[in-house]
Amino acid sequence: MFLDALFLGLGYNASLVTLGATALGVAAGVTGTFLYLRKRSLVADAISHATLPGIALAFLAAVALGLDARNLPLLLAGSAVSAGAGLLAVQWLAVQTRLSEDAAIGAVLSVFFGFGVVLLTLIQTLDVGGQAGLEDFLLGSTAGMVRSEALLVAAGGLLALLAVVLLRRPMLMGAFDPAYAAAQGINLNRTDIAMMGLVMAVTVVGLKIVGLILIVALLIIPPVAARFWSDRADRVIVMSGAMGGAAGWIGAALSASAADLPTGPVIVLVAFAMFAVSFFLAPGRGLLAAAIRRATFRNKVHLRQGLLALAHDQPIYEALTLRLLARRNWVRADGVATEAGQVASSRARLDEERWGIVRSDPSFELAAARYDGLTPIEAVLTEDQIAEIDLALPKPEPL
Amino acid sequence: MSPELLLATEAGKRVASPEGPPTAFDIQGLTVSYGPKPAVFSVDMGAPEGSMTAIVGPNGAGKSTLLKAALGLQPCLSGRAYAFGAPVAAMRDRIAYVPQRTSVDWDFPTRVIDVVEMGLYRQVGLLGRFRATHRKAAEAALDRVGMTDFATRQIGQLSGGQQQRVFLARALAQDADLYLLDEPFAGVDAATEKAIIAVLKGLKAENKTVVAVHHDLSTVPEYFDRVVLLNVRKIAEGPVAETFTGANLQATYGGRLAARDLSGLALAV
Repeated sequence: MFLDALFLGLGYNASLVTLGATALGVAAGVTGTFLYLRKRSLVADAISHATLPGIALAFLAAVALGLDARNLPLLLAGSAVSAGAGLLAVQWLAVQTRLSEDAAIGAVLSVFFGFGVVLLTLIQTLDVGGQAGLEDFLLGSTAGMVRSEALLVAAGGLLALLAVVLLRRPMLMGAFDPAYAAAQGINLNRTDIAMMGLVMAVTVVGLKIVGLILIVALLIIPPVAARFWSDRADRVIVMSGAMGGAAGWIGAALSASAADLPTGPVIVLVAFAMFAVSFFLAPGRGLLAAAIRRATFRNKVHLRQGLLALAHDQPIYEALTLRLLARRNWVRADGVATEAGQVASSRARLDEERWGIVRSDPSFELAAARYDGLTPIEAVLTEDQIAEIDLALPKPEPL
Repeated sequence: MSPELLLATEAGKRVASPEGPPTAFDIQGLTVSYGPKPAVFSVDMGAPEGSMTAIVGPNGAGKSTLLKAALGLQPCLSGRAYAFGAPVAAMRDRIAYVPQRTSVDWDFPTRVIDVVEMGLYRQVGLLGRFRATHRKAAEAALDRVGMTDFATRQIGQLSGGQQQRVFLARALAQDADLYLLDEPFAGVDAATEKAIIAVLKGLKAENKTVVAVHHDLSTVPEYFDRVVLLNVRKIAEGPVAETFTGANLQATYGGRLAARDLSGLALAV
């Protein structure tokens, strides 16, 4: 069943939803990366919650004008207007008052959302049709999604991607070094507004599928997960888009393959699973890799100190060091150095003595800066340089 | 205001003579204020083409603020800044700015070479392709600061001095004519300081103009040929050999410099 859904084998509606969710996921992942790099992810939360009163007001306007109240483009237009108002409110509070941005976000988010809920409740008491579908915008609803709606999502996502391609350089530069970007003539204010506009577009487009409460997850989780895998912004952007898209596709397929599984929340959970895998398993920045690195480093330090102790005929009492030395057959069970251990320890001692000379000679200043008690001197200096240093060794010691 | 007019007005007086080298950087009556007490008050200063100027003064004297406001990075109450006779905003192609190292997040996902390439974004444009010539220019800039071996490192793995050199390389990649540096020697190792000053002197040899906010009085005579002494207001400005005097420094530091602080300095007399 799930495999059928994964390969669009569950019928027309399910396939529409899957493709729409994928487009949304890619757009949200890519756009969200810039937001994350600019350290303004939470603004997306304010924007998404601020859409609610707009949806309700657009519904009321449609009813008053005698239009079809379930007209999706009209409702989305209304949501965009109130999201824009919310965004302006956050910006104004943060810039013009003493409120910090997080406080401004909290205030705008709750007030707009509260106002929207009041309007929704009022609408339920009205004697008009169509109000039942309005609550679906909170958590998204893909049941009965039609072709035009799916196309709207895909077109919105595509437009957002195009805008990202156009604006990626100024947005990256502004996120990394705002002062330099401004000195290069980039208008940071306008770049930020464009970025927020993109986020708004993605949010509005995503209302139907994921809903306004959870859309922020699609904007934040993929970039954060992608960051674990790469130290290059361009790759983080691409990977975040891929993860968002994959979450949309897999999530939609999962929810289509079982009855009563809500699409939006399932997509978010799939995205979270990707985050969890990245968090634990990513090479470099992942938790597991960090633990391994720490253990390797600890062993190296202990081994080196153990060898130096052997070289100076000092007794070793520390259990971990003894175990590490014994594992390499460098000491016997009673702690006395083996022949191989003596070779290794005198090599460590020679290395330390060479470093001593390098560090006391001002002409090796650059090399000396790389001394950390572990890096072998061969990694820093050439053979010729080492030969030169060896001339200054106290007395040549046979290895 | 045309360049000819500039030379004829007050700005012209600061340059040795109307026939002397043209002014590469010129600040007129700049005032910056966040509250009733200005951070920078009515400062005029200039830098002739091919000169190396240090902006020196105590903490909180408004040295960095002066540079930032002149570049339009901070709002100013009044005053103007010109580069090569035109407003700074029209001359961004010819100006390279090196901000303070502490101003950015070094955990940002970017490699050394990517940062240097940002110096070329203005040339490349929004949609322009990054060509082999651009890549070469970035690599050459990195080579000039001795950081070629670190090109593919994540910037967070660098030491403070190395980060500063990468910032300088980004400015070099722009191939600008005027270099404005904010505390380029703050918190860097001795090797980096040597490397940076060698690059700056190389720029001067190419008749480029260097203006740097500087905090170490002892190296002013060795590194720079001109000095601007600043403490909210400009106290003095001119060639180091004439302006870098004990009396001027005392006036700049408000008498807070003890006699022994001055004793080690190669002061002008």
